Amino acid sequence: MQLSQASSPIGRGSYFPWQWHLAGLVLIVALYWLFPGNLLMLTRIATLAILVMSLDLVTGYAGLPTLGHAAMYGVGAYGAALCAKFLTGDPLAGLLVAAAAGGLLALVAGAFLVRYQGLAFLMLTIAVVQIMQNLASKLSFITGGDDGLSGFTVSPIFGRFEFDMFGVTGYWYSMILLLLSFIVLQRIMSSPFGLCCMGIRENRDRMSANGTRIYPQLLKLYVLAGVFAGLAGGITAQVNQIVGLDSLGFELSAEALVMLVLGGSGNLVGGIVGTALFSGIHHFAATANPFHWLFVIGVLLMVVVFLPKGVIQLVARRLGNNVLAVFGRRA
Amino acid sequence: MSILRVEHLSKAYGGLKVTDDVSFTLKPGERLAIIGPNGAGKTTLVSQIAGALQSDGGRIFMADDNVTSWPGYRRVGHGLVRTFQISKLAPDIPVLDQLALAIHQRDGSIGNMWRHKNSYGAVLDEALAILRDLGLSRAAQRTPSEMAYGDQRLVEVALALALKPRVLLLDEPMAGVPKSEAQLILDALERLPADLAVVIIEHDMELVFRFAHRILVLANGAVLADGAPAEIRGNEVVRAVYLGKGGQA
Repeated sequence: MQLSQASSPIGRGSYFPWQWHLAGLVLIVALYWLFPGNLLMLTRIATLAILVMSLDLVTGYAGLPTLGHAAMYGVGAYGAALCAKFLTGDPLAGLLVAAAAGGLLALVAGAFLVRYQGLAFLMLTIAVVQIMQNLASKLSFITGGDDGLSGFTVSPIFGRFEFDMFGVTGYWYSMILLLLSFIVLQRIMSSPFGLCCMGIRENRDRMSANGTRIYPQLLKLYVLAGVFAGLAGGITAQVNQIVGLDSLGFELSAEALVMLVLGGSGNLVGGIVGTALFSGIHHFAATANPFHWLFVIGVLLMVVVFLPKGVIQLVARRLGNNVLAVFGRRA
Repeated sequence: MSILRVEHLSKAYGGLKVTDDVSFTLKPGERLAIIGPNGAGKTTLVSQIAGALQSDGGRIFMADDNVTSWPGYRRVGHGLVRTFQISKLAPDIPVLDQLALAIHQRDGSIGNMWRHKNSYGAVLDEALAILRDLGLSRAAQRTPSEMAYGDQRLVEVALALALKPRVLLLDEPMAGVPKSEAQLILDALERLPADLAVVIIEHDMELVFRFAHRILVLANGAVLADGAPAEIRGNEVVRAVYLGKGGQA
């Protein structure tokens, strides 16, 4: 099975790892049948996985650790909710608004942020998420403030599939969007642009010596990440039909970073694995012991000591690095 | 006509003059070596020419274009390319991909988001041809972190060539290369395109006198001598200041 450029002696190979996408589709169907009572949790995993994949673009591919990624997610969530409330309940239109809102915030904030790197970038991203959360709190006449934004109705998807209380439509909606987001992002990050971002992560001086202008490429990547973070927020708003201030919070940003580190950064797959692992353990550990579940997560994070490139490193050891090279960074 | 013209270039840090009124010209295909003791200002001069350091005074021309105020990336696009004294590579990206990146940059396709990097057959062919010419075919799929230092130095040269330079600035290509791998670099330098103008900074005098058509000697940031290798070899002042009174060039 020829999967990657790395498996080909002269750098060519399959451009579209359809086997993996098909495996993803089979997994979505299988999860539906295996965990019919956990569809809401699986839906949350799917939306968070899109957020973590978008975080992976910035942190994993471009090497810019951020603790403010939820700003774009939250803006997307409010965008979709406000669209449903004041414009149209059509979910796809809501998604467009959410993605545009996330992208726009990323453009405005990123124009300033991507001039920095390392700790300075990290601290400034925290500032952005705090500003956005406070802004949402102050603008309570639009956002609902601490009470959250609710009272909007999302129309059935394609006029046919209504969001139900059991979360069946929400599950398929979020999972299909996760798969599509993965396919799109995987394609983008396998392009010369994706390679350029990895080059910037690895050695900025080298890229400058090649004549590459770092700033516009990073800004483009940041906007792309903002679009997908906004999309994730939009899906969450549509499925839950309520948006709270926590969607713009520092905690969500930090959790997303933990999920990414846990799964492994720089190949998109790690973000999904980390989200599933974190959310699954959160769910079961919190059920078993509501007071000490954070201890379990803490212990889990020690995995980084043994697997510095995340859990996905185990997969790489089993299957070989070339498999992961299909998606980006080798583990 | 000259491809590179440096006029009265200077740079100072406070009261310390690092380059002091340096001027020279370079013709297409010419090999110019810049030598001088440590601290003579050689690397600073290369950084000024490449645009990594702003000059305090003087002008730099590429053919007829005054590039003095141009940023580094624009100079690279114009064919002024450098390598570094200490290798600056992306440690975990396969060499073939790094060369492809340089070619995409040159071709303007580096920002393309929708086409798979492996679908650029011509780019990969060109990258492989460069690696083959430098005897690096075996390293195409390896990352610099998996390679010997001599090979890493060669990858730097390969990256520079992938940008199709008109002027190549080589900053100590032999620095840190073990004797056992030195021949690889020497062979690569011998095989550089004949029409390419090269400025080389090097402490290895054997290489300098074998490779250079002309030698510029710097001392305390200023030009001490400029001439053919035979002239420099016979220059008493150079021998005294740089090679040592009894030095064998």
